[in-house]
Amino acid sequence: MTAWALWAVAVAVVAALPAVLSPFQIVQLTVFMIYSLLALSLDLIWGFGGILSFGQAAFFGVGGYVYGIVGINSGSTTLALIAGVAGAAGLAALLGYFTFYGRVGSMYFAVITLTVTLILHQVMGTTADPRYAVGQARLGGYNGMTNIPSLALEVPGRAPLTLDPVQLFYVVGGLLLLVLALTRALVRGSFGRVLAAIREDELRTELLGYDPRWRKLVTFAISGSIAGLAGGLFAGWGNFMNPQVFSMFQSALVVIWVMVGGRSTLYGAVVGTLVVQSLTNYLGTASVTYTTVALGTALVVIVLLFPRGLVPAIEGAVRRVSGRRPPAPEFAR
Amino acid sequence: MDFVAVTAFGIVYTIATLILLALGLAVIFGMMGVINLAQAEFLMVGAYTVLIVTAHGASVWVGIAVAPVVVGLLGLVIERTIIRFLYGRILDTMLATWGLSLGLVGLVTLVFGPTTEGIATPLGHVTVGEYRLSVYSVFVILMAFAVLGLTYGLFNYTRFGLVARATMQNPNMVSALGVNPARVYMGTFAFGAALAGLGGGVMAPLTGVVPTLGLAFIAKIFITVIVGGPVILLGTTTAGVVLGLVESLVSYGSTPIYGQVAMLAFAIILLRLLPQGISGFWRRGV
Amino acid sequence: MNDVVLQTRGLVKEFGGLRAVNSLDFTLRRGELRCVIGPNGAGKSTLFKLLTGQLKPTAGTIHFKGLDVTRLLPHEIARAGIGIKFQVPRVYDSLSVTENLWLSARSRHGAAAGAIVDRVLAEVGLVERRTSPVGHLSHGDRQWVEIGMVLTSDPDLVLLDEPTAGMTHAEARRTADLVREINRRATLIVVEHDMDFVRSIAGYVTVLHRGAVLAEGTMDEIRANDVVRDIYLGKRPRARR
Repeated sequence: MTAWALWAVAVAVVAALPAVLSPFQIVQLTVFMIYSLLALSLDLIWGFGGILSFGQAAFFGVGGYVYGIVGINSGSTTLALIAGVAGAAGLAALLGYFTFYGRVGSMYFAVITLTVTLILHQVMGTTADPRYAVGQARLGGYNGMTNIPSLALEVPGRAPLTLDPVQLFYVVGGLLLLVLALTRALVRGSFGRVLAAIREDELRTELLGYDPRWRKLVTFAISGSIAGLAGGLFAGWGNFMNPQVFSMFQSALVVIWVMVGGRSTLYGAVVGTLVVQSLTNYLGTASVTYTTVALGTALVVIVLLFPRGLVPAIEGAVRRVSGRRPPAPEFAR
Repeated sequence: MDFVAVTAFGIVYTIATLILLALGLAVIFGMMGVINLAQAEFLMVGAYTVLIVTAHGASVWVGIAVAPVVVGLLGLVIERTIIRFLYGRILDTMLATWGLSLGLVGLVTLVFGPTTEGIATPLGHVTVGEYRLSVYSVFVILMAFAVLGLTYGLFNYTRFGLVARATMQNPNMVSALGVNPARVYMGTFAFGAALAGLGGGVMAPLTGVVPTLGLAFIAKIFITVIVGGPVILLGTTTAGVVLGLVESLVSYGSTPIYGQVAMLAFAIILLRLLPQGISGFWRRGV
Repeated sequence: MNDVVLQTRGLVKEFGGLRAVNSLDFTLRRGELRCVIGPNGAGKSTLFKLLTGQLKPTAGTIHFKGLDVTRLLPHEIARAGIGIKFQVPRVYDSLSVTENLWLSARSRHGAAAGAIVDRVLAEVGLVERRTSPVGHLSHGDRQWVEIGMVLTSDPDLVLLDEPTAGMTHAEARRTADLVREINRRATLIVVEHDMDFVRSIAGYVTVLHRGAVLAEGTMDEIRANDVVRDIYLGKRPRARR
């Protein structure tokens, strides 16, 4: 009952926001929701798969670039979005195959995903020359790929309708809620239970007849596809993609969102993203350098002081302060 | 003939730089199991040390001598304030050192600005047929093998090395023997940092000095150490040779970027076949 | 020949220079209840790891139900129908009793898992604790959870590693009943140190020594065997002197 009520509230809030917020805020919130999808993709593989991936930014970037390439060449943004998702999922599946089937350790996995991201950063940076183009789409090196088409509503037999900011907000908000609901169903369903078992005791689960490699691969590919979806939406939102999406900074940001919101809750990833991004905006984007220092410091402080996440720590503190009414027997003296 | 000689020299040089830059990580990650994502920034701080020293009128050689001291001290401070709280929490260590990496890049950018500073490469050139070779790159190669030899000697033939290796194997045992494991960890971490500082310092005249200097190397050195596997120094060296070979051969055929891509792809496929790394394969059954 | 469920031929496992399992020929017929005994280091746990695919043999073959499983992966062997219960219960502490049983039921029975879990919960007497996280249960109850996991997956061959370790006398007696109960549905290999328990379940006994079969027979035959007595059972009479 309460779960349905919460979903209804979430839908109502998304539906009502354009009436309350300024157009600028709507555009901002749209990109925050796109980032939330990216954070969600990390929480799925990290919080539920137990595998820390530093490569979510890579899938985001691949999703965005593929969206741009297909969008510019075909003119269809629906096709572009699907291709972006597929491209990111494909890369994740390929990486997952080599690492999970090679039984590479979890820390090596994290490092490998990071190196893939950094190398993509360098590779895309060297594509400034006009000969680096796919059809009509020039990759553009560090200057990035421009003129990426905005997301449009395409109904067969009619002219495509480019979404205005409020419509885009609804599409992104709807997709965020949909992905949230689907991933929740996934982790609560039988697949998710086996995943939880693998996380707790991989060998035991294997001896019960489950192939952990396959399940990790599927989870990682799904996670990659969600990040790819976010990347495609991002490219359609800003009409622009550049190699900075593959940077250390961007990769770390994804981890921070999830760490702030707390792992293994899904909604925490969304809350963390909204909190961190709103705060960054509020503090002003005076200089990327200051933000980098702040971000780095935040990462160190959170790890040292709140390893379970910031939002869960605050929740715990609030519960402890106001928690006299439902007494917890373990703590009551 | 000259072409072959120069190409061979280029390959040896690539391999040597890989080993030189990866050694510090091999000690910190390979021996201590600490995945230090700020390792690249240790290189960067080493390079900036040389920059500052030369800007004050001293020679590059003085800078290269000072760099490991500065970065070793930095490593000491970081071990005491952050790393030591996180031993055994591998992923948390990664996250914290990642934060450290971002923080160091940001701070250095604030102080020195985001531009690339050059340091004049000493020693000049020699001519081989129609090619010109920098003598300094010969120095880099010699340096790489000297540092490798010194590190090997330190860990295999000195009391510190023996105690350090014993501590990594079994900290309880050595503390029963009256050694404080915390101090050994501290010393080893600082030593690994100093090696990185030295590597960054030696490379500074060739790469130029910029806050994001380490980014160009971090991927490579991690791949090298991971592919190297559990026999740290020999494994890292072998991985350096194999991966350096792949990288330079592909680079000669195309561009350095494809060289890096090929190296990464090669490493991932290699790990699929030898999940324990190259030296894990040797050790099977021992 | 058809009723042979498990057969190893010339099975060898070397660790470095050490042969933990040395040319082991071992045959098990359908419906058997086989006890494997042997001093420490005889190769019992290595044998279990080879049979479940956790280790790959250096040489030799393993056939299960006529199928060559020598090179199969652990999950494939489990699906083929070999189940294992560890000495120290290896259960999912953070998951509930029901979830633990469901996990083992589902891999081989798919959609029928729910009904099987309900039935087994009653059999192992954990209906009232079904929603508790297994980590909150007593050691004895955790043993029962794992036995329940064996029952729900309903394998053709069950490997039990010291099922009575850490149990009280009464619990061991209940376990003996249950072992016989499982044996009505599945072939069993039991590794056990407790000779009273071995006698109480009245199985056929294989004595392992240095990775090979030293003797096979009923418990009485084994007790009468001088060689066995010397290396293994002999300790007792000597200790009495």
